[in-house]
Amino acid sequence: MDYVIAFLIGGLICGIGQLILDFTSLTPGHMLVLFTVIGALLGGFGLYQPFLSFAKAGALIPVTGFGASIAKGSLLEAEKSGIIGLFTGAFEFTGQGLAVAVFFSAIAALFFNPRS
Amino acid sequence: MSRTFQDAQEKKRKQEAYQQLVAKRKPKPPYLRHFLVAFLVGGSLCALGQFILNIFMRRGMDMNAASAPTLAVMILFGIVLTALGVYDEIAEFAGAGAAVPITGFANTVAACAMDFKREGWVLGMGSKMFVIAGPVLVYGVLSGVSAAFIKYVTGL
Repeated sequence: MDYVIAFLIGGLICGIGQLILDFTSLTPGHMLVLFTVIGALLGGFGLYQPFLSFAKAGALIPVTGFGASIAKGSLLEAEKSGIIGLFTGAFEFTGQGLAVAVFFSAIAALFFNPRS
Repeated sequence: MSRTFQDAQEKKRKQEAYQQLVAKRKPKPPYLRHFLVAFLVGGSLCALGQFILNIFMRRGMDMNAASAPTLAVMILFGIVLTALGVYDEIAEFAGAGAAVPITGFANTVAACAMDFKREGWVLGMGSKMFVIAGPVLVYGVLSGVSAAFIKYVTGL
């Protein structure tokens, strides 16, 4: 059941992104920033968490979930250790992924060439 | 002098007429097909994410703890597909279905790293890796920390 909900909700978010690309003059870059900011704002105010509990990976994997994860880490750490925690926690849930992105992209560049 | 000016004007007029014609004749994007493909590909990537999330949760993590390694594994997956040249082909027909999931974020980082190494390892690959993914990071932190700050201070 988790898989079905993740597929449907995650697919829907991607579909909405596609409609934004087709119906507006926003570039993919702008659309991704828009989605991230929406996710981060919802996450910061604690509104993304119920959605995440319901849709699980369907809410986590789209880039909205990335923004929400930044906000969630920031908020959790602030509640634990005060105002400075806002910055300690910003990469609490996303830092691992970012390190992986930097590290393995560099490795990929070392060994692979772009196709075209 | 006036001859070249006339020529230039004539050329400009023709170009404008041509552009109007193009705008009129250009087919509208097949909205429904684009939507469905984005839905199917994006949904599949999220279902794969669910599979990885379940693996971590079965090992005793709650969803908060499992979300970080799930994102990391999906990012690694995106980079591997990019290195093999597969992700670009998916992105070509799936549009937002490939761009919106976190694998798309990973794809832009890896693709930029691979592309820009021809400009040097430090000033090319090193500095331009986040040329496309950077804005997502910048505005994600800006809005996420701001929202968390407001929530923390006001206790909304």
